Amino acid sequence: MDVVLNSGDTAWMLASTALVMFMTPGLAFFYGGMVRSKSVLNMMMMSMVTIGIVSILWVFYGYELAFGHTSDSPWFGGFSLSGLGTKVNELTNNGGTYPIPLLVFAAFQLMFAIITPALISGAIADRVKFSAWAVFVAIWSTVVYFPVAHWVFAFGHKVGDEVTGVGFLAGKGLEDFAGGTAVHINAGAAGLALAIVLGKRIGWRKEAMRPHSLPLVMLGAGLLWFGWFGFNAGSALAANGIAGLAFMNTQVATAGALIGWILVEKIRHGHPTSLGVASGAVSGLVAITPACAFVAPWAAVVIGFIAGVLCSLAVDLKFRFGFDDSLDVVGVHLVGGIWGSLAVGFFGASAVNSVGVDGLLYGGGAELLGKQAIGVGLVGAYSFIVTLIIGYAIEKTIGFRVTKDSEVEGIDLNEHAESAYEMSSSSRGGSLI
Amino acid sequence: MKLITAIIKPSKLEDVKLALNAFGITGMTVSEASGFGRQGGHTEVYRGAEYTVDLIPKIRIEVLIDGAVAEKVIDVIVKAASTGKIGDGKVWSTPVDNIVRVRTGERGSAAI
Repeated sequence: MDVVLNSGDTAWMLASTALVMFMTPGLAFFYGGMVRSKSVLNMMMMSMVTIGIVSILWVFYGYELAFGHTSDSPWFGGFSLSGLGTKVNELTNNGGTYPIPLLVFAAFQLMFAIITPALISGAIADRVKFSAWAVFVAIWSTVVYFPVAHWVFAFGHKVGDEVTGVGFLAGKGLEDFAGGTAVHINAGAAGLALAIVLGKRIGWRKEAMRPHSLPLVMLGAGLLWFGWFGFNAGSALAANGIAGLAFMNTQVATAGALIGWILVEKIRHGHPTSLGVASGAVSGLVAITPACAFVAPWAAVVIGFIAGVLCSLAVDLKFRFGFDDSLDVVGVHLVGGIWGSLAVGFFGASAVNSVGVDGLLYGGGAELLGKQAIGVGLVGAYSFIVTLIIGYAIEKTIGFRVTKDSEVEGIDLNEHAESAYEMSSSSRGGSLI
Repeated sequence: MKLITAIIKPSKLEDVKLALNAFGITGMTVSEASGFGRQGGHTEVYRGAEYTVDLIPKIRIEVLIDGAVAEKVIDVIVKAASTGKIGDGKVWSTPVDNIVRVRTGERGSAAI
C-alpha cells in the first residue's frame, strides 16, 4: 500500500524543525550571558557560525553521510553529491515510511547536526581563534557527528520486509529517542577533549570569571526549553500520542531538574540562584532527551530530579581534576546525557510505547540497561578520542588559541573588531574614521 | 572655597540631593564609584564556584562651596546619608585654590 503524505504530521514536523533551529540562537544567549562582557560576542558567534557551516555541509554531503542508505554500512550512510536534488518529492523512510516529505526530515535532522557542535563551544569559551573554530566545526561534523548520527538515528531504508543501511547502535537496540548519546554525550565528550587540548583560560581559578549577564542566561534557558519541545516531541516524526508523551515528559522532567538543582544549592551554599534555575532546567532537558518517549511521566519527573541533583554536583568535577570546561558542557551535557541514557534502562516501559522495551524496574531485566551502557560508552569514547586528534591537529597546524594579549584584552575586540555594550555615549570617546 | 566630597550608599543619593537643595546648594557632580572600607565585601556563588566581591558600589558626590558653610554642608550630608549601619560612607572637605565658571570666565567665589 502506498503511503500518502499526511498534512497534520508534516505541519507538526515543519513547526518542530523551526523550534529546534531556534535552540541554537537560544544556546548563544545561554552561553553568552555566562561569559565576561569582553567575550560575549565571540561566544554567540561560535553558535551562529555553526548554523552557517553545518547547513551548507548538510546539503552537499552531510545528510547523505548520516542518513543515506547507498552504502548499507552500519557506520555511515552514503555518499552522494546531488545536493539533495534527487530527494525532492520523496517521502521519509527511516526504518519504515513516514508520511512526511524527506526534505522535512532532512531539515529536522539538520537542526540536530547544528546544535551538537554548537554545544561544544561552551567548554572552550573566551580563548578560541574564530577561524580555527570554523575549521573544527566542519571537520568534527564530518568525522564525528554525521557518522554518529547514522549509528544512533538511522533505522534503515525499508522496502517491503527488507531493510538496508541500519545504523550500528540503532540495530543493536539502543533506545535513544532524541539524542542523549548522539547529541549530548557526543558534545560533552568532545567538550572535555577540547578543554584539555586548549588548556585553561589565563587567570582561571585566580580571577573572578563571573557571568556578565544572568538575564541573558535566563533568556537562553527559556528559548532552549521552548525549542526542546520540537527536539523531543518532533522526534516522533508524527503528530501522535508518542509526540504527546515526549512533550509532557520534556516539561515535567525539566521541572524536576530545576527544583533538584536549586535544592542542592540551598543546602550546600544557602541560596537558590538564577544560574542554578537555568542550569537545572537545561540538565533536565538533556537527561530526558533519550528517554522522553520510553518512560511514564512520573518517571520523567524522577529522571529530571536526579539529573538536577547529579549535574549540580558534577559541575565541581572540573575544579577537582583541573580542566577549564568554562561553561560546564561536561557537567551538564556529558553527565546529564549519560544519566538520561542509562535511565531508559531502568524506567523504560513497553506499556507507554509499544516500540520500547521494559527496563529493570518493569521486570525487563538488565538487558536494556546493558545496551544503553554500550551506546553511552562507544559514543563517548569515539567522540572523545577523535576530538582529541582533531583538536591537536588544529593546534599544531593553524593554531587553536588566540594570543595572550588578545585573550586578556578581550576576544570580541581582537577577533571581531566589536564590543558588545555601549553603556554611556561619552564613556569611550572616538569618532568615525 | 572648599570641595566637599561624599561617598555614600547609592540608596541615599536622592535624600542627600534633596537635603542639599533645601540647604541652598544649586549644583553638584554625582558619579558612580566602588570601593571598600570597614564594611568589607560579600560572597557570590555561581554554579558552586564561590567568589568574594571586594568592591561595593557607592555614589560619589562632589560639591564646591564657600568655605564658611563647609561644616554646615557636611552636617547636612551626614544627616541625610546616615542609616546608622556599617557602609554608610565618608564625607571630607578639601581646600580649593581657584574656581572658574567656563561660560562666563568668572573666578573665585563668584564662580560657585
